[in-house]
Amino acid sequence: MRERFASGFDPFVIPFLIGMVFVLSYCLVAMIRVVCQLPKADRKRFLLSLITPKYIWMNIRDIFLNCLIHVKLWKRNKVLGYMHSSIAFGWFMLIVLGHLEVMLFVPERIHLFYYPIFFNYFVAETEQTLQGALLMFLMDFFLLIVLSGILLAIIKRFASRIVGMRRTTRLSALDQVGLYSLWAIFPLRLLAESFTAHISGGSFMTIPANWLFRQFLGNDLHSLPTWWAYSIALCIFMCVLPFTRYMHIPAEMLLIPMRNAGIKIRHPRKGFALLEVYSCPSCGVCIDACPMSVRKANCQDATVYLNRMLRRGNERRIAEISDKCLLCGKCSAVCQVGVQGPELRVAQRERRKFALTPSYAGLNVQPLAEAVAGKGGVLYFAGCMTQLTPSIRRATASLLDKARLHWQLMDPDGGLCCGRPLMMAGRTEQARELIAKNVEIIRASGCDTLLLSCPICYKVFKEEYPLEGIRVVHHSVFFQELIAAGKLPVTREDGLRLVWHDPCELGRGCGIYEQPRQALATVGDVVEAGKHHAESICCGGSLGSLTLSFEQRQPMTQNALDNLTVANPDQIVTGCPLCLTTFVRLSDRPVRDLAEVLDSHC
Amino acid sequence: MDFGFKLSPSSAVNLDQVDRRRYDRLVQLVPDASTCIGCGSCSATCTAAPWTGMSVRKVLLGLQRGQDAEVDRMLSACMLCGKCTMVCPRGINTRQLILTLCRLDKNGEVVR
Repeated sequence: MRERFASGFDPFVIPFLIGMVFVLSYCLVAMIRVVCQLPKADRKRFLLSLITPKYIWMNIRDIFLNCLIHVKLWKRNKVLGYMHSSIAFGWFMLIVLGHLEVMLFVPERIHLFYYPIFFNYFVAETEQTLQGALLMFLMDFFLLIVLSGILLAIIKRFASRIVGMRRTTRLSALDQVGLYSLWAIFPLRLLAESFTAHISGGSFMTIPANWLFRQFLGNDLHSLPTWWAYSIALCIFMCVLPFTRYMHIPAEMLLIPMRNAGIKIRHPRKGFALLEVYSCPSCGVCIDACPMSVRKANCQDATVYLNRMLRRGNERRIAEISDKCLLCGKCSAVCQVGVQGPELRVAQRERRKFALTPSYAGLNVQPLAEAVAGKGGVLYFAGCMTQLTPSIRRATASLLDKARLHWQLMDPDGGLCCGRPLMMAGRTEQARELIAKNVEIIRASGCDTLLLSCPICYKVFKEEYPLEGIRVVHHSVFFQELIAAGKLPVTREDGLRLVWHDPCELGRGCGIYEQPRQALATVGDVVEAGKHHAESICCGGSLGSLTLSFEQRQPMTQNALDNLTVANPDQIVTGCPLCLTTFVRLSDRPVRDLAEVLDSHC
Repeated sequence: MDFGFKLSPSSAVNLDQVDRRRYDRLVQLVPDASTCIGCGSCSATCTAAPWTGMSVRKVLLGLQRGQDAEVDRMLSACMLCGKCTMVCPRGINTRQLILTLCRLDKNGEVVR
């Protein structure tokens, strides 16, 4: 290889340089801004993680697997996985190989930004070298991979159903500019490299293309304009990148190390929240997943649109989207980048101003504490929702008696709320007051186990309550253990088909999926719903939503029921009193709590 | 001297002088509020009721009768547990109603 131009420069690289300098400086400033916006303790934690070997390895692995290979997307949808990894990894390899070529053949030019990108224009082949042939082959190979990805992307844009997506996002104007320039980059690169392939050499794609073009194009005059077009397409893409969904490419590379370091959303608009908003690739997977989007309603309220509105600063829509969400967490479960839709929304709710702020500091919980004081054993907190469904409380009490356990009820005549509904409404400070009151009662009881029959309570007791030394357990786990230990003699009813509905707070919220199924398997045949485990569908009754009306929730409940009855079960079983109450209204077959099912077979 | 009984202060309400701006704004923002039939299911299930006498029914009545202090006292006791929403025979989203009320100032304007 030898250089064609002594100056090593041609004006056509200027657009590329402009775009490159712009995007790099923009991303650098944005990155510093996000890091500076983190609270001090978080910032220290993050920066420390960057120099800890364990985290360095984790970050490199995650960035490689998620940003380049898109492993999560592969697991979900092979076609989309191939499309994304072919473009991302293929492009990455083109850049790496370009640098390798420059380092091997014209090492003195490595400091020039543009040289590896436009290498084929600046060099001429002198004699066939083995490395050259191999590198040229690899360049053509990865270009082909990228082009196949682009072809899939074009097909997906016009017929998203072919690649398995029912609904996809509506693109903003700038997103379209970014999209079309991205599509243009690689075909233009192929053309440009083909036109100069007789000078710079090429491989299985560029050389035949060069030969083909020479058959009917008499001269080389079209070569330079094509290189200009390639450079301009790159420039347009990089200049619009910060204002389009493609910002997720650089943002995700910062998001992954921050998430690995354990950083959480502390401010609704700054720091980690801002980074999550920019990491959203606008793919629209959350639209199909959202339980609210049934019958094409509320499609505009999916997390992808929340992120878009947050970027645009549309306060009216931000409030609307944040308040409507059920906080079921399914968008987070399916999100390829891991944007935490519910947490982002709760952070927006926390920001709201109130003329009237409740206070619970004056409540006297002494009588409740005295009622259970010093009795030890298992303390059963039924909670608000279970008070509304006394059958669950009775069944749980009966099972505890049958297992001959020493136990008491914490709220026989109604107690305090656990605080989770307040947290969901963004009133975290007030929730802390309730938490303190409840802890007072629990500590006074001297119990060793706190039993909950409501997953809403369970999540907050597990995560927010300072209850060191006390085991906090949901009744599904507790009863499964009792059955496994032989303390609850359950009788099996063959042919009884049961389906387990994973309540959002218990499944996605606390990761409990298997124990309830194991417990159910001891009394009947467990069948699965259409969507289950982490992808189960919210019943629609969630306290997470502040504004959804009763009528708006009904189609969601019906949709969840349709999903549960796919395998035609005899009974629907759940572990959440709120899901139970919601389902009972519309279900065509019995809906029961796990405790009731176990108690009737014991 | 305590005789075990006392005279109640007058609780007459002059409806002509009641400031209904908060209630009117609430009905604008949460139209369902006007469909309340005052059945009291919300009061019967309320978690906060045994502690403070909270009742959504009374809140709505109080707003229309100008008993602002009583309304504010009850509202600041609500724990947002959502049981009232679940039992309401009219399907009123009482949590939204309460949160909206908490955002209104004395003049019925949403605080920002």
